[in-house]
Amino acid sequence: MSGAGADPVTPSGHGPPGGAVVTRRRPSRSRRYLTPKRAIPRTLVVALGVLSFAVLIGMWAVLSYGGFISSYFLPKPTTVAHSEYLLFKDDGFLSDVWASGFRIMAGFLLAALIAVPVGIAIGSFRIAQAFLEPPIAAIRYMPASAFIPLFIIWFGIANGEKIAVIFMGVFFPLTLMIADVSANVPAELLDMSYTLGARRRHVFLQVLVPACWPGVVDSLRIGVGWAWTYLIVAELVAADTGIGHVILQANRFLQTDVIIAGIVTIGALGLITDGVFRWLYRVLFPYVERVER
Amino acid sequence: MSSLQARHVSMTFQTRRGSLQALDDVTLEIPDAHFTCLVGASGCGKSTLLNIMAGLIEPSAGEVLVDGRAVDGPGADRGMVFQSYTLYPWMTVRRNIEFGPKLKGVGRAERGDMARSLIEEMGLTGFADSYPKELSGGMKQRVAIARALANDPQVLLMDEPFGALDALTRTGAQRFLTELWERHRRTIAFVTHDIDEAILLADTVCVMSPRPGRIREILEIDIARPRSFKERESARFVELRHRLLELIFEHERVGSAERSG
Repeated sequence: MSGAGADPVTPSGHGPPGGAVVTRRRPSRSRRYLTPKRAIPRTLVVALGVLSFAVLIGMWAVLSYGGFISSYFLPKPTTVAHSEYLLFKDDGFLSDVWASGFRIMAGFLLAALIAVPVGIAIGSFRIAQAFLEPPIAAIRYMPASAFIPLFIIWFGIANGEKIAVIFMGVFFPLTLMIADVSANVPAELLDMSYTLGARRRHVFLQVLVPACWPGVVDSLRIGVGWAWTYLIVAELVAADTGIGHVILQANRFLQTDVIIAGIVTIGALGLITDGVFRWLYRVLFPYVERVER
Repeated sequence: MSSLQARHVSMTFQTRRGSLQALDDVTLEIPDAHFTCLVGASGCGKSTLLNIMAGLIEPSAGEVLVDGRAVDGPGADRGMVFQSYTLYPWMTVRRNIEFGPKLKGVGRAERGDMARSLIEEMGLTGFADSYPKELSGGMKQRVAIARALANDPQVLLMDEPFGALDALTRTGAQRFLTELWERHRRTIAFVTHDIDEAILLADTVCVMSPRPGRIREILEIDIARPRSFKERESARFVELRHRLLELIFEHERVGSAERSG
């Protein structure tokens, strides 16, 4: 927590206000970039991000255009791009994307809505922890996909089953992550509040809960990734709409290009969701002290 | 204004390896508006005693009195400053300082005035709307002190408040606290392991010895105020430093003698 002795060379070149600016010999560029946790220029961050995708696509291009792998197993990038285009243009893929997106939102929101208060309660109150943590920890180890047959019997193959699978896969680990967040709020922060005249209710609602929010949003960002995984699993088993359904159909007709187009779509959507959560974090919690990531 | 008293306070912690006596029958009185430093080797229970005074820990035996009234749990009449800054990271400097008065139901305008004058007094002008992460260590600690003072507590309890500051910032903070105390006289119990700091700040230094924590000796610091850090070279200061060091380390010699004998 202490900022004393921390690296004064911030990217903008300014030290913290009032803090001592230590001059030290400027290390060579390569050495600076290889120093753990040291910030690097923003342009380099973007360039490296683009480069990593370029490398992936480049490897793919070499393997497919070079004829190392037959296009039946690995279609060319251009073929996949074309299939993606046709999916949206002719096959009404947008409605499948929407169907999947809706299930994600419903299942994830439901899980988050319950996991946030339950998680905070478990991390804050020993009594809640003693009562709720054992079953949640146990159920967490039951694979959500194993519940699919049961959920099909209970809810049919409509949205209810997908939402139930997502809930099953997200709620339990998310609750435990959020419990950890609230358990890690420093006890001194609470003690401090009592000495300022706060009562238990104040300490919980005005100190402990607000102290949890950044960690909660971070947990939600990770949790929404799990939601995508479980949704596609559920859609692969039984569905008549959705991205998973399209992928399964393509599998029946051996359309490798369409399968990959579907997977790439999921990746893109995942990246967008992640970006939204990161943006939300920056906007909501400008006060958080952290290494830029 | 108020006096702060500890009467026959004992504290035993139950640990995995059995019980540990942190404090053994500690009786101490800090008169009204006096500055008392608690010093001692680590494990002497000085922080435990401070936490008991704050009401954060309930003693196994004995009691703490503020102005003759027994303490029952923490309260706004005893402000506390910890070594780690414990500012609310999501609140600006102003809102951190206003936290206590707001709990007490002080109106927005009055709260604002109070915060403004404290911010000015603490040399934090221009930082009212900054978040703690934007402040240096010394500034954070001044905000923490301002936040405690905003409640206008009768007693101020400080647990190594400057322990995390570098030597230079620390000297500045000590001078700052002395000046502040000259203006707002109140009863202060200040835990430190820095002997110079204790002599510089205190009216009375209370030396504690460890295992179990006991009061070893209470020394009056008879150096005239205001004291500057130049005082450190004065004969009286050096004398007091030696005396305190002796008192703090005395038990160790006795302890080893007992063990070998």
